[in-house]
Amino acid sequence: MMRRGSIAFWIGAALFPALVFLTTQLISNEYPFFAGYVILQFIVLSVAWSILGGYAGYVNFGTSAFFGVGVYTAVLLFQSLGAPLLVQIAAAALVGALLGFAVGLLTLRMQGIFFSIATIAVTIVIETSVTNWRYLGGAAGIQIQRPPVMAPFHSYVQMLVFVQALLVVLAIVVARYIQNSWIGRGLQALRDDELAAECTGVPTLRLKLLACVVSGALMCAAGAPAAMYLQYADPASAFNLNYSVSVLAMALIGGTSHWAGPVIGAILLGVTQQLLAVTISSEVNVLVLGIMLVVFVVAAPEGIIGLFRKGLRRAGGKA
Amino acid sequence: MSSGAAELPLLRIGALTKRFGGFTALDNVSVDIKAGERFGLIGPNGSGKTTLINCISGAFRTEPETVMFCGEDITRLPPHVRTRRGIARSFQIPRPFRSMTVIENLMVAADFTSATHLRLSADDHRDSAMAILRQMGLAAKAEARVTGLSQVELRKMELARALATRPKLLISDEAMAGLSGSEDDEVLDLLIKLAGEDITIIMIEHIMQAVMRFSQRIMCLDAGKIIAIGQPSEVMANSRVQEAYLGT
Repeated sequence: MMRRGSIAFWIGAALFPALVFLTTQLISNEYPFFAGYVILQFIVLSVAWSILGGYAGYVNFGTSAFFGVGVYTAVLLFQSLGAPLLVQIAAAALVGALLGFAVGLLTLRMQGIFFSIATIAVTIVIETSVTNWRYLGGAAGIQIQRPPVMAPFHSYVQMLVFVQALLVVLAIVVARYIQNSWIGRGLQALRDDELAAECTGVPTLRLKLLACVVSGALMCAAGAPAAMYLQYADPASAFNLNYSVSVLAMALIGGTSHWAGPVIGAILLGVTQQLLAVTISSEVNVLVLGIMLVVFVVAAPEGIIGLFRKGLRRAGGKA
Repeated sequence: MSSGAAELPLLRIGALTKRFGGFTALDNVSVDIKAGERFGLIGPNGSGKTTLINCISGAFRTEPETVMFCGEDITRLPPHVRTRRGIARSFQIPRPFRSMTVIENLMVAADFTSATHLRLSADDHRDSAMAILRQMGLAAKAEARVTGLSQVELRKMELARALATRPKLLISDEAMAGLSGSEDDEVLDLLIKLAGEDITIIMIEHIMQAVMRFSQRIMCLDAGKIIAIGQPSEVMANSRVQEAYLGT
């Protein structure tokens, strides 16, 4: 049965980008792609967030720091070398991994709320540095001229959507691997009880660092194409705390015990936000986000995945 | 006891002193524990028993060469490395991995204490974990959630998880606290059986009958100092032990 699930997973992983590619070829209206890009980006971010925040239970408020660093790594490479999109993303992932390692070393010895506060501090430090970096436009931001779009795609945004879809698959594959491997069991153990895990042979600090590195790399990679998407970058929006809050809400609402949780959460909240932004106003987003988070924390503390599993267990128990 | 190299103690505590600020929790404690020994550790509340365990298992750092295991200084090693070298412990208040089933708790131990190349064969780990559960009489609860276990089952699971790390030295920190009389005997029988399988055991216990029945040697701590060590009957007859521990 495990095998069958695994085959289905890989077929899905191959089919999804193929499907996205097909839509870029068939649909010429650009709006759905503008909206879809944002949702895909949030899927990558919340799946990446869950690796540290869900499996290890270390609530990271620094998503916007990693996202913003991804954006500005891309901007820096594009401005100075004219680097192509894929190089920008790969470099952002590398920078993200290094940043994750550094942040992890500095903060992962702290537990619980102290870790979360430290990650907010990191965000502010990095944002302030970028704000004062003239070459990258400083506080005023920087305009970016997109290069011409590449062969099979008709518009740059459609190409970005396809690239982001590939990142979604990458993030899910990585998260799924971690969840099902000894790394995932170690993270789960240390989330339950760090001292007991350590005394059972789990190298807790090393595993937390690993989770932080992988999570950071994926978040930065997800941020990199955003510069080209908006054709503009400024510190206040690239490092906006909204990213941290939205991603956290998506992961928690979806449920963090399974990789599918943050995917469901990101789709649910992402679509809601896009609909609200079009029909009412983008400010209402934040209100709805807050309300949904409260409702879920009270009604389904383990998220949608948790509800689903509870249902399964009940059905299984009676049968 | 069994091998020829019995000269070397399995565990040597050498002049171990542990202070917390101005408070001296352990004061110049020295003791050798032989391989295969059943060792009882007693003392009134706050006498430093659990502190000593924390120093051995690595939760607390100590001065170099104060804790030697198999002839090697382990004071610089973090707890998980000490576990891999063969020191396992249970906790005074059980600390299970609450989001997992019983067998998953044991498999964490198997995953992280076996050699790296074995990490992939989850089936083998499951088999060996199951064998330990059978030995502990918990086989029926293998797939049960930890949150649904009774107190005695929880205690046994803690011991089982410690065993799953394949220890040379097992430290049982009040494994019988809060259990009924017949449950005490169950856990005690298990510990004695384990000691017969080449595992050295340090047992911390308040229940005198259990310590007396279990131990080949007993050490009594009071206010961080060793006040008596030796045969169970000797230690019990010691007037300082009676004064400090039994309150006469």
